[in-house]
This record gives sequence, structure tokens and C-alpha cells, in this order.
Amino acid sequence: MKVLTTLLSFALLTSVALAQNPSKLPSATVQTLEGKKVDTRTLSNDGKPMIINFWATWCAPCKKELNAIAEKYAQWQKETGVKLVAVSIDDARSMNRVKPYVNGQDWDYEVYLDPNGDLKRALNVNNVPHTFLVNGKGEIVWQHNNYEPGDENELYRKVLELVGRK
Amino acid sequence: MQRPTFLRHAAACVVAAGAFAPVHAQNDGGSLHGNFSTDAQYYLEDSIIGAVMPPQRFAANAWTNLIYTNKNFEAGIRLESYEPPLAGYPAGQPYKGTGVGYRYIKYTMADLEVTFGNFFDQFGQGMAFRSYEERYLGVDNAMDGFRVRYKPYRGIYLKGLMGQQRFGFDNGFTKGVGIVRGADVEINLAELMDTSWTSAGNLIIGGSFVSKYQADNSSQLVLPENVGTWAARLHYTSPKWDLYTEYAYKINDPNNRNGFIYKPGQAMLVNATYSVKGFGASLGAHSFDNMFYQSDRTSPSAFDLNINFLPPLTKQHTYNLPATLYPYATQPNGEVSGQGELFYKWKKGTKLGGKYGTKLAVNYSVAYALDTTQLGAADDTTRRLGYTSRIFVPSDRMYFSDLNIELRKRVSETWELALTYLNLVYDIDIIQGKPGKAKVYGDMFILEGLHNLTDRTSLRFEVQHLSTKQDQGNWATALAELTFSPHWFLAGMVQYNYVGNEDLEAKGQEPLAYPLGSVGYIRGGNRFQVNYGRQRAGIFCVGGVCRQVPASNGLSLSITSTF
Repeated sequence: MKVLTTLLSFALLTSVALAQNPSKLPSATVQTLEGKKVDTRTLSNDGKPMIINFWATWCAPCKKELNAIAEKYAQWQKETGVKLVAVSIDDARSMNRVKPYVNGQDWDYEVYLDPNGDLKRALNVNNVPHTFLVNGKGEIVWQHNNYEPGDENELYRKVLELVGRK
Repeated sequence: MQRPTFLRHAAACVVAAGAFAPVHAQNDGGSLHGNFSTDAQYYLEDSIIGAVMPPQRFAANAWTNLIYTNKNFEAGIRLESYEPPLAGYPAGQPYKGTGVGYRYIKYTMADLEVTFGNFFDQFGQGMAFRSYEERYLGVDNAMDGFRVRYKPYRGIYLKGLMGQQRFGFDNGFTKGVGIVRGADVEINLAELMDTSWTSAGNLIIGGSFVSKYQADNSSQLVLPENVGTWAARLHYTSPKWDLYTEYAYKINDPNNRNGFIYKPGQAMLVNATYSVKGFGASLGAHSFDNMFYQSDRTSPSAFDLNINFLPPLTKQHTYNLPATLYPYATQPNGEVSGQGELFYKWKKGTKLGGKYGTKLAVNYSVAYALDTTQLGAADDTTRRLGYTSRIFVPSDRMYFSDLNIELRKRVSETWELALTYLNLVYDIDIIQGKPGKAKVYGDMFILEGLHNLTDRTSLRFEVQHLSTKQDQGNWATALAELTFSPHWFLAGMVQYNYVGNEDLEAKGQEPLAYPLGSVGYIRGGNRFQVNYGRQRAGIFCVGGVCRQVPASNGLSLSITSTF
């Protein structure tokens, strides 16, 4: 219990200390659905906001979230130029299902595979869904774990704030 | 006494580093980040469901990761605590105490990357080598050694690694006795030829060689000390098509899992998909023969010290009953399996699509035993070769089949419904290691509804039913979840095992209810969840590895945090 308290308190202390520190996307190698290797430090949206969403084909709330956003995505893009990058953490078991699933859902996202969990670990993601919002300078400015219907509206409010509209 | 001192020390370092990090960040790009997670439970006695009751009454798994990055340098550490671990955790070798579970340093110089200490990696889809972690299962075969990745020319990727694997945890991670070495090369033709990515197809070829060393300590057998496995893979992609195949061959590797036979092992997987907007289809086949590959030939369990990963070719379900009662697990000693899948979306405005569109998903998977012929016992040399077999030739023993159909439709502005039918055949004797138990034949129906009450409030419910005459008989599950975006949720679930079968009732199987309530609070990267009630014994799977979780009753708390 003592250990737990210690761990807990230093985790919280550190999080307080770092909460205000915007950080850049870390470097990790992910793959496109065409098998191209991409260094995540090169991901960008030409000075406009970018959403990084971690998901998996076996994660029901993840799919709900991405489907909910899909219905509004065209409008979001038109209004703010935001781009959604969907990072699948499906491993060898299900990574082959990602491409037919994504197309079957008719999604327009930029999709990457992270089968070895390299980016997931680099961004300290515990579980999916987990969403990061990156500003035009490539800094992570907001994050959210979990998905509940309506969370996409909160996310979009943050995107609007980034482009200076409320 | 060493432990608390170390922790105080570590805590002091972290806090100090954290305090300076913002300053650093502005000066030279250095930053410190991490996460924390814990699953804790207070156990209550409940003999009716056969609940576990650890003598400590309170148990918790806790982890925290810290990663420091500065330009091309990165260092990370993970502390873990199990005082004691949750009942039934982990899957393999026991974990106890508190200490360092993982640590590494990594630096990158142009196209060369060097990692020292612990790392996770995989060659292709992992049939020759994969080190990975599934924290919630307690599977962690991290390497401890070094790895070099090098890109000598565009489109050519080389990897080499060496080390020992994580085994258990005793106030710090412990290592297996075997040494693992491996090298991998991957050539990405489109990148190499520098052709356009957007239109043309791409071909990626790869090959790897992995070897393990363990001294021959047997007085009866002459054991191979170095056991090699090679693998080759091919991946073709185009905007619509995707074809992946991988083959692995292992030389003779007498071990605990195969009864110390000298037969070589083989594994092959083939997967093809075709997809366009609104339509996706895939077909796959796997076959494994004597492919357990562990860095200790006498490894006590199938969960520990695995060098390779053999993915099961079945759908990983998300609903509670199909996900946790009868999930399939790969049979590395011998299996032939296949899967077909289809996704279709009827667009808005079409006859079946209606005003909002309709989605269909159909999935069928089946797994059989490999057809084998035992070699005679007359001659000891022949007998030690075990059996003869041919890859992809199944016997008539079906291990598993699963046909599932899901229809999902938004029926109005505020209502979405999903209906699932699932038919299951499950060889519980082989898959769960319960010899003599009858094969389970089941049918399931699941209805899920989501109703948006306001922009921020929604109600979701699930009703699930399994009917079977075998094992524990029928199950019914009802779940309701009220969510208040973006911070709160409230959920209640009741699972009812009402049997409904005279044969099982005669054997003493009684109707049982498992109520469970949950409250959750989420703020940014922090998530808190409290559960109270009965949790049914079940099988908990992530990514294709499964752990048996015992029945329990009590109060549990989960916290995850990312910073």
C-alpha cells in the first residue's frame, strides 16, 4: 500500500509538473496500409490541427468514436482543415483486417498500423481509445482517454479553439 | 530494506526532473513523459460462485512508465508493483514485489538506431520472432540485450538483436536461461525504385533468421543446443488488394510442449483482402505444426519465454459473452484454420440504407487439428521423431468454428441499433485444457441499442443470450450504461447462468446471477473506474493470448493516467 501511494503520488506530481509543457510528437515507426514505413515525427497537417486517435478493430468504443466522427468529418475538415490520423494498435492477429474494415466503414481518415506498439508506448497510451490533439506547430495540446457519445463535440470545440474560432 | 530506499530515490529523481522539464523543453527539446496504471481489488468471500479469496484480501497490480527524450536520445524505465498481484494474474510465471520491470536507452544517428536494455520487436508478423507485452494479461517476453536497426539505402531495412527474455518478476524482472539472437532484412520495392506511392502497387519482401541457445543438460537425450528458425514473407499491396504470406521453419527442438520429439516445425499463413469504399472482404488460412518456440525447452508454461507468436485466425469479439466464455487460442502443436470476412455498407438514401445507412459484417472462422500419423514405438530413434504430417492437411477433429453476422443501423437521429447472431462450436477439452469435457455447441443473439438523450448524455444497453446444452448451460446478460460526456459514466450489468437443462441440473449446476455495478470518471488523460459486485470466471484475451480469470466478489478500482 505504501508503495502504491508512493507510485501514485509521484505519478500525479510529475503529471502536474508536466501538464503545461507542450510536447512534440515523438519519433516512432508506423506503417501505412500500403506497407510504407513512416516516422511519426514527420506527420503534419500543414500548420492546421491534427487529431491522433488510437483504436483497434477489437475495441467497440473506439469504433463508435470513429464512426461518430466520420459522420461529421467532412464538415469539420471544411470548417477547420483538421485531419484525423487513426492509429490502429491491432497486432499480427488482426492487422490484416484493418484495411478491409476501414474501407468497409467508408472512413476518410489517414490510417496507420502500429502492430508492435511503438508509437503507443512512445505516447504512453495505456488503453484504447485514446485521442491526442496536435496544434499547427506539431505540439500535443490536449488529450482524452475513453469514449462516450458526445465526446466528439468536446474534441471539436478544442479544434475550433485552436483555429481561433469558438 | 533496499526497496524503499530505491523508490524514494527514484521518486526524488522524477520529481526533480519533472520540475525542470519545462525549462529543458524550451532550451533543447528534452522532455519527460510517462503513464501510470493500477488495477486493485478488495476481495469478499462468496462461496456460492466459488470466488477466490487471497489471504491478503487486498491485491493490486501497478505500473508506471517514464520516458525521457532529448533530440536523438531516449531513455525509459518502468516500475511495477505486485503486493500481491490480482488473483489469477499473470498468465504464466508468478509476479511478486516491487521493482524495475523494463529499462532501456536508445539513440539514433541518421539511419542507424541502437537500443540497449529492454525492447520489444517483431519480424514480419512474428512467426519466427516477436517480443511483446500485454500488460492486462501478464504476458511480457521483453528482450534484455541490444538491438541495431539500420537503413543502408532507401527501401532497405536491416535489424539485428541479441539478448535474453523476461521470465517472471521478483522485485524486478527475472530472465529466462536461453539466449535469443536474430536478424531480419526487409526490402520495400516501391520505395527502392522510388515509384509513386499513390497509384501503383507495392511489393515488400522480407526474411529472417532466429536462433536460441541453451546448454544440453540432459543425461538421457542428446539435445540441440542451438535451435534455428528461418522465415520468409511477401506482402503485395495495391489500393484495392492486399496479399500477405509468411512461412517459418524450425529445426528439431525437443521441448516440454512437444514431448521432447525431434521433429522439425513449420508454420504458414496466407491472407488476401479486397476492399473499396463501402465494401471489404478478406480470406485467410493458417497452418501450424510443432511450432512452440520457447527460449527454455523446459519452460513450465505455454505463456512464458515464447520467442515467436502464432496469431489465431478468429475474430476477436467485443461483446462480453462471446469474448469471455469461449474464445479460441492458437494450438501451436498442430492446427489448420481458415477465416472469411465481409464488410458492407448500404449508403444513405438507398433502399436498405435508409436515411442513415446500414452496415453489415459477416465473419466465419474454423480451426481443425492437423492430420498426424504417430511413428511406431518399436524403434526408439523413429519414435523420437514423433509423427508424420503435412502442412495444411487437417484431421477430422474440429477445434473451433464461429459464424457471426452483425447488422448495425442508425434508425433515427437519436437511436442506433445493432443485432448480432453467432453460432459456435468449441472443443473445450483442447482449447481450455479440460480433458473429457464435451464439445460445446452454442447459439447467441445480441441486441445493442444506443440512445442519445442529449448532446452529452446517452444510454446504451446490451441484451445477450447464449443457449447451449453443454458446459455450464445457458447464459443471459443484460447491461445498461449511462454516459455523461466528457467526464462520467454509470453502468450496471447482470449475468445470469440459468442452465435450463436437466442433464446439467442433475450434475449439480445451479442457476446463478452475477450483478456488477461500475462508476467511472474521465478527465483528459486520466481515467478512474470503480466496480462492485460479482465477476464471473472467464477467459480474458488481448490480441490472441488468453488468461483464465477466476470468479471473484468485491470492490475493484482501476486508474490509468497519461502525462
